[in-house]
Amino acid sequence: MSTQVTSAPERESSQARRTTYFLLREAGIGIALLLIIVFFSVFAPRFASLANLSNILTQISINTVIAVGMTFVILLGGIDLSVGAVLALCTVVAGLTMTSTAFPEPVAIGLAVLASLAVGSAAGLFNGFVAERWKIHSFIVTLGMLNIARGAALQISGSRTIFSFPAGFNQFGTQTILGVPVIFVIALTLVFLGRFVLVRTVFGRIIYAIGNNEEAVRLSGHTPSFYKIAAFTITGLCVGVAAIMYMLRLNIASPILGVGFELNAIAAVVIGGTSMSGGKGSMIGTFLGACIIGVLNNGLLLLGMGDFARQMVTGFIIIFAVIIDTYRVRLSVQMAD
Amino acid sequence: MAPILQLRGVTKRFPGVIALEEIDLDIEPGEVHILVGENGAGKSSLVKVLCGIYTRDEGEILYQGQPYNPQRTQDALHAGIRVVYQEFNLLPYLSVAENIFFEKLPTKHGLVDYKKLNQDAEAVLKEVGLDVAPTSRVELLGVAQTQLIEIAKAISTESKVLFLDEPTATLTPREISRLFDIIRRLRQRGVTIIYISHRLQETFEIGDRVTVLRNGRKVDTLPMADVTVADLVRMMVGKKMGEEYPFDTTVAPGAEIFRVNNLVIKHGGAPLGFGVRAGELLGIAGLVGSGRTETMRAIFGADKRIAGDLVLNGQPLRVESPRDAVQAGLSMLTEDRKQQGLILDMPCYVNISLTDLAAVSRSGVLNHAAEVTAAEGLVDELSIRTSSVDKWVRFLSGGNQQKVVLAKWLFRGPQVLIFDEPTRGIDVGAKYEIYMLLWALAKAGKAIIIVSSDLPELLGICHRILVFSNWAISGEVERPDFSQERILELAYQNYVQTEAAPA
Repeated sequence: MSTQVTSAPERESSQARRTTYFLLREAGIGIALLLIIVFFSVFAPRFASLANLSNILTQISINTVIAVGMTFVILLGGIDLSVGAVLALCTVVAGLTMTSTAFPEPVAIGLAVLASLAVGSAAGLFNGFVAERWKIHSFIVTLGMLNIARGAALQISGSRTIFSFPAGFNQFGTQTILGVPVIFVIALTLVFLGRFVLVRTVFGRIIYAIGNNEEAVRLSGHTPSFYKIAAFTITGLCVGVAAIMYMLRLNIASPILGVGFELNAIAAVVIGGTSMSGGKGSMIGTFLGACIIGVLNNGLLLLGMGDFARQMVTGFIIIFAVIIDTYRVRLSVQMAD
Repeated sequence: MAPILQLRGVTKRFPGVIALEEIDLDIEPGEVHILVGENGAGKSSLVKVLCGIYTRDEGEILYQGQPYNPQRTQDALHAGIRVVYQEFNLLPYLSVAENIFFEKLPTKHGLVDYKKLNQDAEAVLKEVGLDVAPTSRVELLGVAQTQLIEIAKAISTESKVLFLDEPTATLTPREISRLFDIIRRLRQRGVTIIYISHRLQETFEIGDRVTVLRNGRKVDTLPMADVTVADLVRMMVGKKMGEEYPFDTTVAPGAEIFRVNNLVIKHGGAPLGFGVRAGELLGIAGLVGSGRTETMRAIFGADKRIAGDLVLNGQPLRVESPRDAVQAGLSMLTEDRKQQGLILDMPCYVNISLTDLAAVSRSGVLNHAAEVTAAEGLVDELSIRTSSVDKWVRFLSGGNQQKVVLAKWLFRGPQVLIFDEPTRGIDVGAKYEIYMLLWALAKAGKAIIIVSSDLPELLGICHRILVFSNWAISGEVERPDFSQERILELAYQNYVQTEAAPA
């Protein structure tokens, strides 16, 4: 504090401090994940096999993509409860488009993907616009959207499940790249894209800044509403992508899909260390959070635990993660000083 | 009769500032004691020490002859000492009766006894002359009525000492005279009243004695009968010791570059206008609450204005939001740096580049190295004491935080800079550095507007001072005519006139 000009050794020490800070914030979650993996490798039969690994990666992909979108709105101090219902609506619209006989097969697939992205983005845009225009908390707006999207999905589909997609589409879903399931490759790409946007772009910088102090950002000459609406739209877009991934994986579209997905996505973001009050968190953390949930579910199943018990364990883990986070934040604040 | 409150050597310090210095004061039981002083003279600090919000650092307080050391506001309330604040602390969705007796609701079988509650409330309301039903909700009442409920609350709890902080600020003359009747009645009942007001004239109607504070010290305590308004103003004014102000006579302001015309920010308010020249330091003086900050915020687009045009370099300027203002070349350092100026939990460089991210990015992608280099340049230039630009702003001292706010605006390079209380709460050394920076900006041809409650500061560094009084500009003083008396007279002018109007 006493020196006024920054000298070289001090800059180094600041670099060291940044590294420590990074380790505390992100590697902490990674270490937790490693410990869980080690635990299951020892105690759960068949956990540590390539087939099971591929299985886990497939299972976490959809939640990861939704959680990537959710990270943007939670960083702003908002929330999106509508993602599961919007996902169902996206699959229904895409499914109907894909099975329509009006287009040749490849065109139908392309249009279905675009339709899913468009429906997801539109729902997100609506959420963001209403929340900002009338200054309503996103909790309420997206709760409304949850019902709207679910109702629309049931209405449009006549509450029927849609299947028999083109064979080319169904096959693509089972592809692997160097042994890695293709839908996990999509998920990982979005994680790194999301990280790039948050860390390296002006857009991401302003998202963090708004989450910390919206008024200061406004008085510095920015328009927070634009960024907030954009963040909800990004979440919707991610849901549109997740809907297509879901169809690739299960080869169905249904208006009753995605119940509770919002909670899994929020859990991934929170376990990943993002603060519910906004401004602090990271995309890698979110990814690791999604991994923790996926590995736990898989490992506990292999240990022979039933659905209900697994749900309880996941619940405790979420609460535990947030408690740990309060200590970690305190410690990293001291480190940042 | 022995004094009800005796203060001996009461001192309260804050980092870099002494709020109260060795205050000796005797308050007689049943008197109306007036407390006056400029902004920042120590009136509020004194009230806060007496009602348990601050704890004093030194000195002794006797209350009814016993040592009195309130740690919390509850301690003061139990002792019978109560403050009626400018901002009200009522619960808007509860009834009048519930608010009055909130601290001691009458109960029967563990439930609230509404019958007794409303009867008791009725009696108290009658006493303060307020004609509302005890069951009406507080949110539906006007400001004057709300104020009377605060006083009713004070009566119901049988307070012995009552602080009234600017009670007439929002009242009409008729309401004021009714308030004074109530105060006189309270005095007859033996309640001691300590009355704080900027409106000097009116204090003569009800005060028994007056204490003048200046820079945290007591100037004197005198019977009201022995002083005049002019005496009080003279006592309130005084040079601060040990502070120097840079003023460079070689810098002459150039042509006017920014002008505000017919600005109206309050319904029914008089339009106001002023201009500022290149290289000029224009001071804005006035009492707290005289509309200075609100005017600046309206100019910057931070709050809506009802009417008004801006002109920059001869061109009309459309400013509907801070974004418009910043892009046109205006900047505003806000009064409250922590709430509105800084992102405390982000590094210095993030705060600095926030005003012009386009300058450190290409196609929306940030250039981290350019950002850090620019921030380090400004950190050196402004002598911001931090171990690195990565450090969170939260961990910097107040003066250095303020310099980060300055740095962020310098990074943008605006033509017109508005500073609202640029030196509030920072130590003398950092203050001087900020004055030098303001002067450097003036030399570079910027137009600078400084709002400050620190009058000697404005007198020390400005070319010209505009004085706000009751949401209007009551006058303009050029440097050769600078005097504290003249400016204070203007600052009080529009308040005195409203009181002169017949009730």
